[in-house]
Amino acid sequence: MALSLTPVWRWFHRWTSPPNFYRISRPWAHGLMAVGGTALFVAWIWGLVFAPEDYLQGNSYRIIFVHVPSASASLALYLTMAITAVISLVWKIKLADMVIRQCIPVGLTLTALALISGAIWGRPTWGVYWIWDARLTSMLLQLFLFIGMWAIHTAIDQQKLADRATAILVLVGFVNLPIIKWSVDWWNTMHQPATIRITGETTMVWEMLAPLLLSMAATYCVVAALVLYRTRWEILYRERKTRWVQDELGIRGKA
Amino acid sequence: MGYFDSFADFVRMGNHGIFVWSVYAITVLTILGHWLGLRLQRRRVINELQRLKKRGHL
Repeated sequence: MALSLTPVWRWFHRWTSPPNFYRISRPWAHGLMAVGGTALFVAWIWGLVFAPEDYLQGNSYRIIFVHVPSASASLALYLTMAITAVISLVWKIKLADMVIRQCIPVGLTLTALALISGAIWGRPTWGVYWIWDARLTSMLLQLFLFIGMWAIHTAIDQQKLADRATAILVLVGFVNLPIIKWSVDWWNTMHQPATIRITGETTMVWEMLAPLLLSMAATYCVVAALVLYRTRWEILYRERKTRWVQDELGIRGKA
Repeated sequence: MGYFDSFADFVRMGNHGIFVWSVYAITVLTILGHWLGLRLQRRRVINELQRLKKRGHL
């Protein structure tokens, strides 16, 4: 069994080696950013200028084109981090730790953006900025999880220990993810349940749904690009004492 | 202009302008913040390497 897996294993190790990942991730980062940035611009114009207003909420609903993509991307990013944390803890892949470290600031801002845009949307819609509802509270907990990861990684000086502690916190906090996702179904929340459903009926007119789906796809692309760009700098920083990084940046000693 | 009758209507967003526009402004600032963050990461690596070089560790 172990023997038959050897080529796959070797390929995986070579593929995740920092210099190789640095090299192959470059076109992906640029491509995703170009496509995502353009699509986001189009989706915003579409959502802000051309989509009709909501018969109940008026124009305030246009916040949805920021709120839903950022919330959804923050959950997807957390899921990615949890999978990466398992890879880090089980197979001790250096790249996995770098990816997790650089997902933290991105996830933190996505979660904050979802909370802030939701609060601003809540004022004209519910009459309050904040309410201790299950969806909002579990999302706030996710924000604290990201802050906690950042704090732990910064506080521990020894790199390996910091990476390990962060990966464990990611996995501990993973229980919060299904709570966020299904809070609107499990409890009677002020927050409405999902409008877009993969199974079942999507209760949204096409003129609003199309720019929303586009802005979601665009946000996913931009977030992926951002994580790639950040990871690439993290690779250069952690491998700064190696020859290939010094060659890459053109900073070399006297040889 | 698109769904709206005039540019003024578009800005007003039926009295929800302040809510809609503040959300989009915060989002743009967040994106700019991330762009700055990437510049800082770049600075950090280059500074660290130049420091090592100066001390003769390279």
